[in-house]
Amino acid sequence: MIAWLLIPAQGADTSIATTALADKRGIALAAALASVLAAALVIASALHASWVAGLAVPLLVCAAGLVLISRNADPVERQQLREFADPAGRPSSRRRSRLLLRLAVAVLLLLGGSVALLEGHETTAALLRPLAGIVLLVGGIALAFGPWWLRIARDLVQERQARIRAEERADIAARVHDSVLQTLALIQRRAGDPHQVIHLARAQERELRSWLFDGRAPGSLDSEAATVADGVRLIQQDVEAQHGISVEAVTVGDCLLDEELAALLAAAREATVNAAKWSGADVVSVFAEVEPDSVSVFVRDRGRGFDPDAVPADRKGLAESVRARVARRGGSATVRSAPGEGTEVSLVMPRVTADRSARR
Amino acid sequence: MAGPEPGAGRGAPAAPGTPAPRVYIVDDHGMFRSGVRSELSGYVEIVGEAADVAPAISEISAALPDVVLLDVHLPSGGGQQVVAAVRAGHPEVKFLALSASDAPEDVIAVIRAGARGYVTKTISGPELLDAVRRVAAGDAVFSPRLAGFVLDAFAAGAAAELERPSFDPELDQLTGREREVLRLIARGYTYREVARELFISVKTVESHVSSVLRKLQLSSRHQLTRWAAERRLT
Repeated sequence: MIAWLLIPAQGADTSIATTALADKRGIALAAALASVLAAALVIASALHASWVAGLAVPLLVCAAGLVLISRNADPVERQQLREFADPAGRPSSRRRSRLLLRLAVAVLLLLGGSVALLEGHETTAALLRPLAGIVLLVGGIALAFGPWWLRIARDLVQERQARIRAEERADIAARVHDSVLQTLALIQRRAGDPHQVIHLARAQERELRSWLFDGRAPGSLDSEAATVADGVRLIQQDVEAQHGISVEAVTVGDCLLDEELAALLAAAREATVNAAKWSGADVVSVFAEVEPDSVSVFVRDRGRGFDPDAVPADRKGLAESVRARVARRGGSATVRSAPGEGTEVSLVMPRVTADRSARR
Repeated sequence: MAGPEPGAGRGAPAAPGTPAPRVYIVDDHGMFRSGVRSELSGYVEIVGEAADVAPAISEISAALPDVVLLDVHLPSGGGQQVVAAVRAGHPEVKFLALSASDAPEDVIAVIRAGARGYVTKTISGPELLDAVRRVAAGDAVFSPRLAGFVLDAFAAGAAAELERPSFDPELDQLTGREREVLRLIARGYTYREVARELFISVKTVESHVSSVLRKLQLSSRHQLTRWAAERRLT
């Protein structure tokens, strides 16, 4: 209740307490109520029923608080408060007669229980009567308040479920907004550039797919690869994103990465970037195969190609660096190309880790 | 994709002497259907289209097209139901599976039901036309991705081989040559490039691919199905 007083309601700028302070009539009403209760308290203490005082103070505070809250809560909250206090609301005539019947039975049970309990207290010999009295009382209480409690409990559960659903929706909406909607907006702005549009759509498709089916959060794709297939997928994503071409990647078998295989993938990445930059082709194919004794990667494009015997210095440098990367780790690299026929870089790395049992 | 052969692209609306293939489209996305329609118009005869399993089965059985372009995913079930139902009565109708999904189990299921090939929906118009013509001529169409799946599936089978020999090695294993052909297709080679690389004719490449397709469809090896089920989406 304190929280209710101090925390502003949804959509309201001020808490109920602040509005309550400005509500002169409400304060007067609360004061009147408090004074009536105080009078009752005085009478009670005069009659030597001092236990009343123990209950009276919290009751007094609660009552005053409730009055302030119910007067100053917004209409929706007031309605909820009213339903909380009187769940029956304004029932139809049939429901009302059933409610009355239930209440009558409950009152009868309560009365009967109280009488039995009080009389049982007099005649201590009969143990059954106080027991029966307690049963009657409990039954009466359950009948009178049971539906009310059940309803409150059900409302609580429903409210929690609704909140969880709302949170999930908000989460999905946020992710879709960050990824798909942003991309759609970009696509609309760049509608005149089909190359860019295709590239955007592809990258987005891959991201959405990995979120929906692999449970990866969008944007978390640039994490370290753990296996060869992961690594190839990363090369595909990065090169597509950075160079605006399609990378057709196929992996057969899989195994965990070690230093040698990481070097192999780094070389494959360099070859793919190289093809994306210089070949002029729309598509680069990357094929990786994990075999029991070796892992091979082929990077192929159908671009302009070159004559390996008469290469310009810059290309030779790239080919050499790809070759050097794998050669240092005991692998080999060959570059095959001819003008007008595209280029294929083949990389092979023997497997040294005794991971022969890995899934092929 | 086993892309367009250089010089054998779209070319004339139809090669002289061979009538344009009659094509039926099954896909639940209207936009995709009309896209395929416009890409193929003039080169093939579109005899109809359907958006779901039941109408597709009855209309295809009536229209008897040469090639059915079939979406792997349909609202009331997998495309393999259409393949199985139509081929039971009309085994001459050929199916080419098209899918936005790269899930191996879907692809393998529709191929095992009897489809003659599989391409992804991102395929370009000329490549799709080439694939349709190939399937109409009775060849198999393997995209690099399908070639990768098949290599993977049969390799997994070969690993299990060590523990329990298969009953029919003829069907349950790929020959060395078939594996070489599949590897080259997975590397992005067209059939013609594969032929040149291996010093064989394009016809021989086609017969190797058809033989792989037959093994894929007839092998009773349950590892194949299990492999497909175990492999996650890529």
